[in-house]
Amino acid sequence: MTTLASSTLDIKKIRKQFPVLQQIVNGKPLIYFDNAATNQKPQRVINALTTYYSEYNANIHRGIHTLAEKATKAYEETRHSMQAFINAKYAEEIIFTRGVTESINLVASSYGRTFLKEGDEVIVSGLEHHSNIVPWQMVCEEKKAILRVIPITDVGEIEVESFSKLLSHRTKLVAVNHASNSLGTINPIKEIIIKAHEVGAVVLIDGAQAAAHIDIDVQELGCDFYCISSHKMYGPTGTGILYGKKELLEKMPPYMGGGEMIKEVTFAKTTYNDLPYKFEAGTPNIADVVALNEAILFINELGKENIVAHELELLSYATNKLKDLPAVKLVGTAKNKVSVQSFVVEGIHHFDIGQMLDTRGIAVRTGHHCTQPLMDRFGIEGTVRASFAIYNTKEEIDEMAEALKRVISFMKKK
Amino acid sequence: MTTAEAQDSIISEFSLLDGDMEMTVFYLIELGQKLPALSDQDRVEENEVKGCQSKVWLTARLENDKMQFSADSNTAITKGLVSLLIRIFSEQQPDDVLNADLYFMKKIGMERFIGTQRSNGFAAMIKQIKFYALAYKTQLAAN
Repeated sequence: MTTLASSTLDIKKIRKQFPVLQQIVNGKPLIYFDNAATNQKPQRVINALTTYYSEYNANIHRGIHTLAEKATKAYEETRHSMQAFINAKYAEEIIFTRGVTESINLVASSYGRTFLKEGDEVIVSGLEHHSNIVPWQMVCEEKKAILRVIPITDVGEIEVESFSKLLSHRTKLVAVNHASNSLGTINPIKEIIIKAHEVGAVVLIDGAQAAAHIDIDVQELGCDFYCISSHKMYGPTGTGILYGKKELLEKMPPYMGGGEMIKEVTFAKTTYNDLPYKFEAGTPNIADVVALNEAILFINELGKENIVAHELELLSYATNKLKDLPAVKLVGTAKNKVSVQSFVVEGIHHFDIGQMLDTRGIAVRTGHHCTQPLMDRFGIEGTVRASFAIYNTKEEIDEMAEALKRVISFMKKK
Repeated sequence: MTTAEAQDSIISEFSLLDGDMEMTVFYLIELGQKLPALSDQDRVEENEVKGCQSKVWLTARLENDKMQFSADSNTAITKGLVSLLIRIFSEQQPDDVLNADLYFMKKIGMERFIGTQRSNGFAAMIKQIKFYALAYKTQLAAN
């Protein structure tokens, strides 16, 4: 079924839509395997940005002139597309932010500081990005709440049994990612959400690595908050969303004060605007939000199931190639994964590997991937991470394997 | 050999690689591999060059009024880079180290591949070398 689905997409044709991929880097055609950090943008997203600025740049919502109307309509259209993209019940449950980091900070600050009390517990997993650890540490410290961590297995999966044991009436919030940025593990979030709800905790899902790679239905999942970054789903940098259940968002105080988020301001008292504007203080990132709509359409038109089928085919191809290389050790071999493969090469530092691959135009990420506690769990300083997107091919993986082989044989001959 | 002569010899060696990035990096690694490893007692925090993405340890001493540098790194490419600096600056008097004008990086195309993050680290290594030279110059003047 995987083969059948992936064969329906013409990858060569899709590649042509990405101008950045048509270049030579260090004398070789660029091979871009750093998609988990940010993926490339199709021409239609780039066009949407220039069209916005060349044709209808205006400040939104309170303008009464034609351009303001047009800009407002385009901005709100993205909200509706995003609502459909994750199947949120109401459009006002979609809050535009700068990305996942800001979305998590918004919840930690607004929800956390309002509802957490001394002795309450917040649970995160050992697979989290620093963005889903530090905001909780900060609010826990302030409110004298306790941060608990779900342990990770040797293959890089959440220990669900241990999670169940951590849950108690003290648990007020659970924050886990849908998929791990370092290892690619897809977490059993449905199960986590159900269990957390049984003790009355709210659940935030960091969907940074999921948005372009996993079908998301927030109503079916039942999560309370879900966070997405635009730039990891073929959209522009600098924007993203926080999805929150309406009844929760309504109870939460604003995160920032300023324009747009107010209903009425006097020096004695300010009343706040309704959702979603209560959380969108100031002039938002209109251009990037508008262009994000094109990224959503791009994904929808290809069909997420087709994208996933192609990427998983690449993942399994890459994993097989990598594990056959001498001295290569895979890090993260969970059963359910998005298209991310981390690895280390015994005796060769990941920085050296990354830099040597770059000499052949191959872009991978090296380091701790902002998941230092996870690296500590595996007793390593960092990994080399190759992550695949819809425009990548098996031929590119062959190139990477070949380059790695050369590097390893050169380094090991001494 | 002056610092300029040492740089010219590096430039002429690298010119044989014809700008091939992979070969340049491989050659750099080979140079690093020839650099003697620092002992564990020298691979300590006080010898670490701050500002490098990789770990770099650098020590200096004065022998017969000339500087002697030793260095090590946890990554092969960085060790190659620091080996070039040692080649240029060892056996020089503190004043010559302080006054040296470094031009070889551009000429061997190194600036293109060391990247901004490593460039900063590279600048930090040079700064540390010059700092040692200044300390020994002051010590010599006091004597």
